[in-house]
Amino acid sequence: MEIPYAVKARPDTGLYNAKVGIWLFLASEVMLFGALFCSYILLRVNAPEGMWPHHWLNIWLGMTNTIVLILSSVTVVMGWASLKMGQFNRYKFYQGITILCALIFLGIKSFEYHDKFIHYKVTLKDGRVADGHLQPAETTLPVAWHLQPVIVDGNLAKGAKPTDKVVLEGWWPKDEVALMNPPLEHKTENIEIPASQIKTMENYGPWHNTYTAIYFVLTGLHALHVIAGCIVIFAIWGPLAKVWEQDPERYINRVEVSGLFWHFVDLVWIFLFPVLYLL
Amino acid sequence: MSDHPSPTQTLPVDPHTVEEMRHHIRRYLIVGVALAIGTALTVWASLINFGSREINVVVALVIASAKGFLVAGFFMHLISEKKMIYAVLGFTAFFFAGLLFLTLWSMAHDNLIHIR
Repeated sequence: MEIPYAVKARPDTGLYNAKVGIWLFLASEVMLFGALFCSYILLRVNAPEGMWPHHWLNIWLGMTNTIVLILSSVTVVMGWASLKMGQFNRYKFYQGITILCALIFLGIKSFEYHDKFIHYKVTLKDGRVADGHLQPAETTLPVAWHLQPVIVDGNLAKGAKPTDKVVLEGWWPKDEVALMNPPLEHKTENIEIPASQIKTMENYGPWHNTYTAIYFVLTGLHALHVIAGCIVIFAIWGPLAKVWEQDPERYINRVEVSGLFWHFVDLVWIFLFPVLYLL
Repeated sequence: MSDHPSPTQTLPVDPHTVEEMRHHIRRYLIVGVALAIGTALTVWASLINFGSREINVVVALVIASAKGFLVAGFFMHLISEKKMIYAVLGFTAFFFAGLLFLTLWSMAHDNLIHIR
């Protein structure tokens, strides 16, 4: 039995099935991200005065990723318009750029995640706090992001020796408020800390505080959407391209629906960027 | 021999469709440039001290909303979509607004939902 309106639009609604389906799905996605944005509002508004971080993320990397996603949105609609004009090769070119943009976005995001996993806050036994990026080649304490926390209340990680040391490229914030709001251009130095002097040590992973928790949840979920969108666009672009030969209208519909999902991913990032990087 | 065109071929289409798509493409490029300018504007505005952080938040969200309108309106074609889609999104907007309202209401000082 043939499913009606799988390709042709239903006369009364003017819509084919997949288009109704994707919009219903996007409606559920709005509620998913909406709930997480509300969580962000609750966490931020209820943070103690001066204790919500600013400038913890690289604005220029975030801005680059925003431009990359905008470019990918433009190439998605250009690809769709090319198909509507019957120009398959142009579509292939534009969607190729879309896939490339998705990979660039994920590459930059991975770099940012890695930067947070090697970024450590070290509290010394004398009360001072050192904050900076671990220099793995010079550090002798066994540290790994999945072994967090490495040191808690002066207890060394399993396998560590009292003579071990931690080397950071970082600075000494004068208090917690300064740590939350580091100056845009603060000077860093090479800090060498004997492991025996460390009270606690933890990187800036999702477990660090409520900001990193909501940052990783929001951007992680968004990145999963980018990966999913990229896989679907690639599948239509590559392995499923033969559908264009058999049923061009069905193929154009598929490109349109995958494009709607991709624009939604872009739309979410448009709000994530200022909320997490700038404010 | 197959009657269907090979994937590399250009398919013959209605000249009106081609003209309409060319119009769309010009619009997409303008919207793309506007979005890039909006992004630069967001960063620039975030580095300005308006006197209170609340103003910075409002400015950033206004610019983000304008960019969101451009993406939804032009790239997702919502400015000329079918009624059924508007109905779906109307319900979504209603429940999203309700979610936001509950969140903000829970943070009010004179209720028992949220304890500071």
